[in-house]
Amino acid sequence: MLFDASTLDTARFIARQLANGALVTLEITFFAQVVVVVMSFVIALMRLSPWRALRWIATVYVEILRGISALVLLFYLFFILPLFGITLAPMTTGILGLGLTFSAYGSEIVRSALSNVARGQRDAIKALDFDAITAFRRIILPQALPFMLPPMGNQLVELLKTTSLVSLITLSDLTFSGGQLITTLGQQTLIWSIVLVCYFVMAWPLSWLVKRYERRVTHWRRGVAP
Amino acid sequence: MSDLAHALPGPSPQIILKQVVKNFGATRVIDHLDLSIPAGQKVALIGPSGSGKSTVLRLIKGLEAYQHGSIEVAGAPVPAKSGGWHWPGAKKPPVVHRVGMVFQQFNLFPHLTVQENVTEAPLQVLRLSREEALERAHQYLGLVGLSHKADAYPAQLSGGQQQRVAIARALAMRPQVMLFDEVTSALDPELVGEVLAVIRAIAHEQQMTMLLVTHEMKFAQDIADRVLFMEAGRIVADGSPTEVLVDPDNERTRRFLNLVEQR
Repeated sequence: MLFDASTLDTARFIARQLANGALVTLEITFFAQVVVVVMSFVIALMRLSPWRALRWIATVYVEILRGISALVLLFYLFFILPLFGITLAPMTTGILGLGLTFSAYGSEIVRSALSNVARGQRDAIKALDFDAITAFRRIILPQALPFMLPPMGNQLVELLKTTSLVSLITLSDLTFSGGQLITTLGQQTLIWSIVLVCYFVMAWPLSWLVKRYERRVTHWRRGVAP
Repeated sequence: MSDLAHALPGPSPQIILKQVVKNFGATRVIDHLDLSIPAGQKVALIGPSGSGKSTVLRLIKGLEAYQHGSIEVAGAPVPAKSGGWHWPGAKKPPVVHRVGMVFQQFNLFPHLTVQENVTEAPLQVLRLSREEALERAHQYLGLVGLSHKADAYPAQLSGGQQQRVAIARALAMRPQVMLFDEVTSALDPELVGEVLAVIRAIAHEQQMTMLLVTHEMKFAQDIADRVLFMEAGRIVADGSPTEVLVDPDNERTRRFLNLVEQR
């Protein structure tokens, strides 16, 4: 019989292991993305600031993080920092390592979107005596968002898939769970196929969500109500 | 003097520039300029391009830093290090809210509707209630004849309509001084009239001081009490429209006017 008790048990076991792994993957993606968004804006604003020291620090940040392999950065945070007395939990390491790496690219996306806002807007903002923060929140950001969302969405999906690297620093994410199942059950083809589909199933709704949000923030370009 | 005293219109000039120098890099665009304008006066600035007309307006609004001299609007100094952002909570320069400005390229906020363009600064900067802000939007959109476009986005309007919204947006701040920087230069010829008509109406109805940079000589002659002819960062002719435009005793002014008329 095809579905005897032990097969069902095995299937349940596989499902449970992979679900746990997927949860870890989503958790890391979520918190790393928070780091990405926060740091992207901080670094982009530093690069656009009138203070040379801030611009310099931000440029160094971007150039260094862009030039480092994400995996090596994870190894460094995980294996080398403890030698200097700094020990981070694997979860924290994964979130920080991936968040920082992706924020280097993210800050460039934010920066170019912000500089894309027409120069005349600055004149108008100042002619109406807006303060800098109100102007950023109400005038600059709503106009820059449509420029940054598509590449940011791509990056988010890329981040989700790159979280598989954390399996190499002992985190039991989706990839790690897949690997473990193969060690115990064999069935390479079957397990990796399921893992592959799992990543796709998680990534696809993300792209869809980003697209929906993009439509919401660009309604003014099409001249229709939101 | 208290801040309130500044706000009251007095007999002293409302805008005073003393020996103002402005350089862009190595180029001197404003060269030891002296100018004083009494409250309520309508002043047209004319002159060849690059003569510094627009820069004078931008200096008065505090959009540009300057290197020497002093500028005062309604009794309050416009700091020489203008042009940066002001931060919330930081002490704002006292001139704010008193000077409105309209630009050649309209510079409307593309993501906001016409009505929101007009209410945004009264809500966010003056902290008016929604009702008050909407009332102002209604009043000034009516004045520029665009009440029926309140819910449109700027991209759906013609250039002339956009510029009229920009004028309503500036007026909604109830400024004491209005600066118009070549506001018809970016418009198709057939749209110039509607914008000039709005400015003409404002000039006749409102007490406010107005400075206009313009290439429309007839218009300047119609609405201005005073015409300034600028060249190379200096004022080379200053008088009534008749003195400067109709019967100029200045050789350079005459040459410029001849060129303009030959267009």
